[in-house]
Amino acid sequence: MVSIEINGQKIEAEAGSMLIRAADAAGIYIPRFCYHDKLSIAANCRMCLVEVENAPKPLPACATPITDGMKVETRSELARAAQKSTMEFLLINHPLDCPICDQGGECELQDLAVGYGKDVSRFSEGKRVVFDKNLGSLISTDMTRCIQCTRCVRFGQEIAGIMELGMVNRGEHSEIMTFMGQAVCSEMSGNVIDLCPVGALTSKPFRFKARSWEMQDHDGIAVHDTVGSNVTVQTLRGEVLRVLPRENEDINQEWLSDRDRFSYTAYKSEQRLTTPMLKINGEWKEADWQTALDNVSSKLKKIVDEYGADSIGALASPTATLEEFSLLAKLMRGLGSQNMDYRLRQQDFRADGAMSAPLLGDSIVSLECAKTVLLIGSNIRKEQPVLATRLRKAARKGASISAINSTKFDFAFPLQVNISVSPSSLVATLARLAVIVAAKKKVPTSGTVEDIAESCPANKELEGLADSLIEAGNDGQIIVGSMAQMDGNYSLLVALATIIGNISEVKFGRLEEGNAVAAWQASFLPFADRGTVGKNATEMLNPALKACLLFNIEPSLDCIAGNSALDALRETGMLIHIGCYRSEEIEELAHVMLPLASVFESDGTHVNCEGNMQSWKAAVHPQGEARPGWKILRVLANYLDLDGFNYTSSETVRDEASPLISTTKRTASMDVYAPVLVEQNRLACISHLPLYRIDPFTRRSQPLQQTLDNPPAAAGMHPDTLASMGIDDGITVELANGGGKIDISVYASTSIPLNCILLPTALQETAALGNANWLEVKSRA
Amino acid sequence: MIKKAIYTIKSLFLIELMKGLSVTGKHLFKRKITVQYPEEKTPMSFRFRGLHALRRYPNGEERCIACKLCEAVCPALAIKIDSEVREDGSRRTKRYDIDLTKCIFCGFCEEACPVDAIVETRVFEYFGEKAGDLYYTKDMLLAVGDRMEASIASDRKQDAVYR
Repeated sequence: MVSIEINGQKIEAEAGSMLIRAADAAGIYIPRFCYHDKLSIAANCRMCLVEVENAPKPLPACATPITDGMKVETRSELARAAQKSTMEFLLINHPLDCPICDQGGECELQDLAVGYGKDVSRFSEGKRVVFDKNLGSLISTDMTRCIQCTRCVRFGQEIAGIMELGMVNRGEHSEIMTFMGQAVCSEMSGNVIDLCPVGALTSKPFRFKARSWEMQDHDGIAVHDTVGSNVTVQTLRGEVLRVLPRENEDINQEWLSDRDRFSYTAYKSEQRLTTPMLKINGEWKEADWQTALDNVSSKLKKIVDEYGADSIGALASPTATLEEFSLLAKLMRGLGSQNMDYRLRQQDFRADGAMSAPLLGDSIVSLECAKTVLLIGSNIRKEQPVLATRLRKAARKGASISAINSTKFDFAFPLQVNISVSPSSLVATLARLAVIVAAKKKVPTSGTVEDIAESCPANKELEGLADSLIEAGNDGQIIVGSMAQMDGNYSLLVALATIIGNISEVKFGRLEEGNAVAAWQASFLPFADRGTVGKNATEMLNPALKACLLFNIEPSLDCIAGNSALDALRETGMLIHIGCYRSEEIEELAHVMLPLASVFESDGTHVNCEGNMQSWKAAVHPQGEARPGWKILRVLANYLDLDGFNYTSSETVRDEASPLISTTKRTASMDVYAPVLVEQNRLACISHLPLYRIDPFTRRSQPLQQTLDNPPAAAGMHPDTLASMGIDDGITVELANGGGKIDISVYASTSIPLNCILLPTALQETAALGNANWLEVKSRA
Repeated sequence: MIKKAIYTIKSLFLIELMKGLSVTGKHLFKRKITVQYPEEKTPMSFRFRGLHALRRYPNGEERCIACKLCEAVCPALAIKIDSEVREDGSRRTKRYDIDLTKCIFCGFCEEACPVDAIVETRVFEYFGEKAGDLYYTKDMLLAVGDRMEASIASDRKQDAVYR
């Protein structure tokens, strides 16, 4: 620490750190455009010029390291003259179109022009014109406004990890553009909108909707991933118009994934369910809440009396709130049923009793300091985009990150080991890694693990991986992702990963979608009650229940076996749909539809992967007759004459849910089961969930659906597999398994292992397939 | 003593009354200044702030670009604007309402407007028969603008030299 003087004020600052940082810490504002706290220093806007004693010229505060005894003047005549001149140069080419610019009112250039700009320009020549670029459906551009601060370029390079925007040409001809005119397709791309100090990059869905000064801000939490990013929901006259990140250094810093930022566009979809509806003689009739709830409760009671409580069940979306999970669990248990589940995309439930809550095992911040990270069955960039930026930071600090997946994914950071093997060999590879780690630590492993490992010989990659895991110890992190959850051997993958974690003393984390941790906290699980074990998501649909309560899900898209889920629900005597939207399949299957308020219209609580409980308040009133989930369930429970449901606020519900015991406790080793293997002559199916198909909300967000992350449905295969079957790239084939068949086009990709098919789920086109780990391909010709 | 004497003389001869009546008498034969409204009207400044209007460019394109500055500056919160991207990609209002019962005719909206779209005209004779009649929507304001364009344009021209 050295002492410097800024504007006569004595300040203690770290030698070598930049002047602007020390000034910011002391509350002295220095104007800036290109400098950003989280990005590298570019020093190309020159707005932060300050006078430093003994320096012949003004120096940029963002790129001037602090030395002992430095005397700085930020408001002296020389400094102000330099800043004003810089502003004059910036305004030469900047158009005076603030009235039609969306940045107006929240524009850094506009703000600083008030203090440093002149009211009349001395520049009488023609201004330069830069043509707008098409960056896709999320970002709208007005490139003439660009002041070449390169914050967007640096964000792509440093935080998002894919350099999609760059500056070409020199001097007056320099402009920001994408490579070969491509659209920007990063899952974090929306952040460049916030970073842009002018109106060059603005939000396309929000374009020309409102001004920053007229909107009300509401604190919110994003529910689409397990991070629980803090957001600000901006509303105008009772309508959500924009979602922005809210700074929280411990969780999302100041970034936000596009999914969380733009999914609000779906909340006013035409398909919103706005009144309770009853199906009377096959026709949907609008009803009031009283009639609808009366109908539901009387029928439920009748079914419980007639067939027993075990004949009813509840399936909920993983994005439901803690309150909703909690009340739904209490309601089902009140009726005497343990049949409840949110793990709609899981196939393998063998380890149910031994599994612990899907937590990271440590804080999100600690990911940045990890020395070794092993990703198992996880495309973390698309599953938990904000966590991926933390991992990228760790990688930039020198962490070695490895992945064992059934497909080679494009991560935004370099990988030490990137193993991609077919789903059947995935288990063997992990078992082999466990055996190697155990041998190195001189710990015995069970015979089952060694049996499983037999089909995967030891290799250098695994040896190296084992070494770096052991070396990292408690600074290491294993993450089992959502993709593994869709694997037929999930319990085995988790068990083996736990073993590896426990032996090498690396932290173990298991991540699921949305608000899954809240479901665990609320005991919304068939095995959470210590007495009887209820039916899980798969068992509930096979065979069909007598009555089923769907909480904000669309069975064909949200359940892993869409087709068989529909078949089962067709036979269900009483299907109650509590959801935000109506869709054709729900209208066909359900008997009652109750309109649910969306996250913006309801109070709620999200529990993130570090066990952090975050609550939010409703930002707007619900659409039509829709009501918050906790209110619907509370009143429904009253109609069912259940005790203990007299809650008066969402907080009382939340406070009743018991806190998680420990968020960093190591999971005890679990039993290892025999793997379910795909027969030799069959193609293994690798299911993957596209980023913007995870819940009914994102599926209805038009801007997100138009991005490149939402490609048309197609099945991927290794070119050699395609060649061996005599199928050409790009043609349409028939895929079939036990449950159903579909027609789909195929594409070749070397990132997919041999004899496997990579198939996107949660798409209308692939929903007709049943639940199986294998597929048959028939050429249609 | 002297004061009392003067007072007595004045009140005895009704001098004050005569003075007053002489003024009345003078005006009885003077030219009358009463304006016979509505047949006659008083002269009006080109800065008169009456009924609002939304103007168009000579090619028929509406001037308003939905910058919402008038809405922000309005001290009576009488203006309500919703904006959108028009089909051709330009920024336009979807709704532009002025509640004339709230408006205090301060003229700030006119001052704030960067494109001279919202203006206050010389029209002050307007009325509403029922509640809501004085809630002017975009179409009504544009219609006023279309009707009054000649006078609006000449008023702005006269005022321009002072700006």
